[in-house]
Parts: sequence; C-alpha cells; structure tokens
Amino acid sequence: MQVEQLTTVIQTLVPEAQPGISKQYPEFIIPAARLHEVAKHLKENPDTYLDYLFCLTGLDRKDGFHVVYHLTSTKFPHIVVLRVILADKTNPMVATVSDLWKAAEYFEREAFDLLGIKFENHPDLRRIFLDDDWVGYPLRKDYKDSFTLER
Amino acid sequence: MEETLMDLDLKEREEYVINMGPQHPSTHGVLRFETCLQGEKVKWIRPHCGYIHRGIEKMSESLTYPQLVHLTDRMDYLSAHINNEAVALCVENAMGVQVSDRVKYIRTILAELNRIASHQLWWSAFGMDLGALTTFFYGLRDREKILDIFEESTGSRLLQSFITPGGLMADVHPNFQKRTREFITYFRKKLPEYDQLLTGNVIFQERTKGIGYMSLEDAINYGVTGPSGRGSGFHCDIRKIAPYSAYPLVKFNEVTYTQGDTYHRYLVRMREMWESLDIIDQLIDNIPQGPIMLELKAIKPPKGEFYQRVETARGELGVYIVSDGGPTPARIRYRTPNFSNLFIINKIAAEHKIADLVAISGSLDLVIPDIDR
Repeated sequence: MQVEQLTTVIQTLVPEAQPGISKQYPEFIIPAARLHEVAKHLKENPDTYLDYLFCLTGLDRKDGFHVVYHLTSTKFPHIVVLRVILADKTNPMVATVSDLWKAAEYFEREAFDLLGIKFENHPDLRRIFLDDDWVGYPLRKDYKDSFTLER
Repeated sequence: MEETLMDLDLKEREEYVINMGPQHPSTHGVLRFETCLQGEKVKWIRPHCGYIHRGIEKMSESLTYPQLVHLTDRMDYLSAHINNEAVALCVENAMGVQVSDRVKYIRTILAELNRIASHQLWWSAFGMDLGALTTFFYGLRDREKILDIFEESTGSRLLQSFITPGGLMADVHPNFQKRTREFITYFRKKLPEYDQLLTGNVIFQERTKGIGYMSLEDAINYGVTGPSGRGSGFHCDIRKIAPYSAYPLVKFNEVTYTQGDTYHRYLVRMREMWESLDIIDQLIDNIPQGPIMLELKAIKPPKGEFYQRVETARGELGVYIVSDGGPTPARIRYRTPNFSNLFIINKIAAEHKIADLVAISGSLDLVIPDIDR
C-alpha cells in the first residue's frame, strides 16, 4: 500500500492523528486512548495487514514518554510506525498490544523495566533484566544512582 | 506401613519445578529456564534473563558514535561485524553519506564470513548438545580458518570493531583475497563432511525430526526471525526485504522450509552456509578500488530519528537512533534477534521430554549477551 493510501486509512480511523517526527517511514502520532483500537484495526484490515511488530521502543523525551511501534506486514512491503506520546511523566500509561502481537509482551516488559512505562492489561508486567527490588528506571533522563560517577 | 510426609507430598505433587541454568552448559550462557516438569515431560518454561545485562543502551548515551560501535560487538559476539555494520549504516543514512563501493564489498564479505563462522560454531555446539562430541572438533577446526582471516585484516579474532561509521578502521590485509578464496575452496570440500557426520545420522534425525514444532503464525506473532523463523516458512531475510551494502549486487537464495521443526531449523543453517559461500564467491574477485574511510568533519547525525535493519546470523537486528544533533545519541535502541527468538521456547518445548528441550534451545541458536544487552 502506498503512503497516501495508508495516510487515508489512518486519517479516516483517527482524524486527530498527527504526522510523525521521523521521515524515514510513514509515521503517525496516535492519542494514547485510541492506540489499541487503531492497532487492532491495522492488524486485521486485509489492506494493511500489519501482522509483524518488529520493534517497540520506549523513549524519554522532553514532551513526555514516547512509545514507538514499528509494524510491517508479511504480505506487503509497507512499514508503518505508530507513536504514542505520554505527556504525564509521573504516571505514563498506555494500553498493551500484547494481545495482538505476542512479541509486544516482552518488548513492553523491557520498556517497563528500563523506563517505567506501564502497560494496561498486560498479562505479566514484571521487570525483565533488572532485579525485582531495583529502585528507579535507568533509561529515564533524570535517573541517578549511587554508583554513577558524575563527569 | 505408614506413609511418611515426604512420600505423600511427592504423590500429590505430580509436577515439580526445576531450574535449568543459569550455569547450565546447554543454555550456552547465563540464562535460566524455570522449567515445570511432570515426570520427564515439560509442562511450561519461564525464561529468566538479565544475568548478563550490562546496560549497553544506557552506556551508549554517553559515548560518541564511533565509540559506541565497540559495545555492539559485545551483544551478539558471534556476529560482531554485522552488528558494527548495523550502527555504521544507521549513522551513515542519518548523515546522508554513501561509502565507497570498496567498503560495501568488504563489509559484505566480512559479514558473510562472520555468518559462516557463527553457523560453524552453532553446528559444533548443537552436535555436542545432542551428544555427538566429534562435531565440536570439526566445526572449530574450520572456524579457525575464518578467525585467522579476521585476525590478519582486523587485528582481532572475535570482537573486531572493524566496521565503523564512515567506512572501515583500516584497509584489509594484502592476503585477504587470497586467503578468503582458499577458504572457499577448502570449506566447499569440508561442508559435505558435516552432512555425512551429523545430518544423515539416524540418532540425530530421531532426536530432531518433529521436535519443537513452530507454526508460521507463531513465528510471526513472536517475531522469531533468522534461520529459526525461516525454518517455519517466515520470509524474514532482511538481505532480501531491504538490501543494504553489496547485497543488491549478488544473487543468492533465501533458504526457507515450511516444516518448522528442529531438524528443518538445522537444515536452514546448513544451506545458508552454502549460500554465504556463493555470496563471497561473487564478490571476492571484484573488490573495486576506492577510499576506505569517508572524510567527515564530525560524525554527528542531524536531529531526528533513524532506523536500520540488518540480518545477523540469528535474525533481524534493528538499530534505532534518536539524535538531538549532538555527537552522542539521545537514545539508542537495539532490537536484537535473540531477545525475540527466546520467548517462543515456552510454546514449542511444552509437552516434549526434558532431553528435547536441549535440542530445541540449541536449534534456536541463542546468544545470551544479545538477549540481555
């Protein structure tokens, strides 16, 4: 599917979707509340058929936490990037997509572990790399721990 | 006779949980499988990772791009060249620069040699996991030849850090072409021996055929890529989907099978070694002349976000750079193949015997530092 058609599909589904930051792939900023619904539609729609989530990333940016979903299809060559901006830095929360793509379950655990982003309805949201009693989320920009040497 | 408390307990609990790892030889690293067994049968597996988490993504945020390349070697240490190449390509694409054809050719040859070396080590260890010790000697004997080529050109055998943003650290050794050509001739004779030794073996086939079935839907859903995914018919070879470096110039086949069991994941890797030899064969005599390093004032990608996918020996590696325009990344994320390949083990090893768990985890070819980063 061409970029224009993809844009039309997403614009009709979520009129408030914004064009994204990266120019490399077609990217859309989706309101957090509608993410699951949009993701489900894009996965099940036979024209988009985005059945392969190849990357899920959490970012700590100035305007909040971002969750970036890199999606592609095994039928078509197109790649779509969805982005959610969680402006509330004290309690970042977004719905899980692990029921749609199993790969997301572990990517989300990683984002929770290192950035403290919570995923609603996640079946098993535990730390994945760090110890369960670890304090803080290391990939946050304001993270300080007693072992770090300040330059 | 009255039953003791212990006997009662064992009778009632037909299931019990044991830990395989973190120091078990067949996990090939520090990974722990929390395994629930009923007799000899595996009921479920919960993988616990993080024993070798070094925070590479966090460390990279305070390093410049040429510096952080060195950390990528330490993720999948058997695909070091390919990991370096991924970062180099991502930074180069971000800056909008193109390396010379000479660099592209050398990068591709090194990557394919690296893939063969990785598959050789996997084959050696896989045989050993199943009790065939001879494979270890055969595989390592031939892998030495590749490591010698690497050592001569890059100065290092395992963690080369040779491919860097802008080109290569140095030009290859004058012997590089001759020795690589010798290796191709040598290994084409030796590869049929691998099949004679292990592939056709009845015990080996009994141990692997029909074991650990992974359906195509599961492979896509879990994001299992590389030879493990292609054994289930998942067309996930990035060299074909989004060719980079010199891959658009060469002819090769994407090896896939649809059976999805341990034996076919094995066959994918065996055939991939032949394909890699073919790729090197097409490139080695035609390496063009050209500069090996771009003359860049500073390696600073512009403000923005950039993604690069490459195919390592184990699957799809993604490098995601978020840049604020500075010499260091604001955030760098590695989508590593082994992280996604690991978790399907609960699905495919359940209801198999505990001895098959070793065969299945061997067929996924996990490198633990790549999972934990």
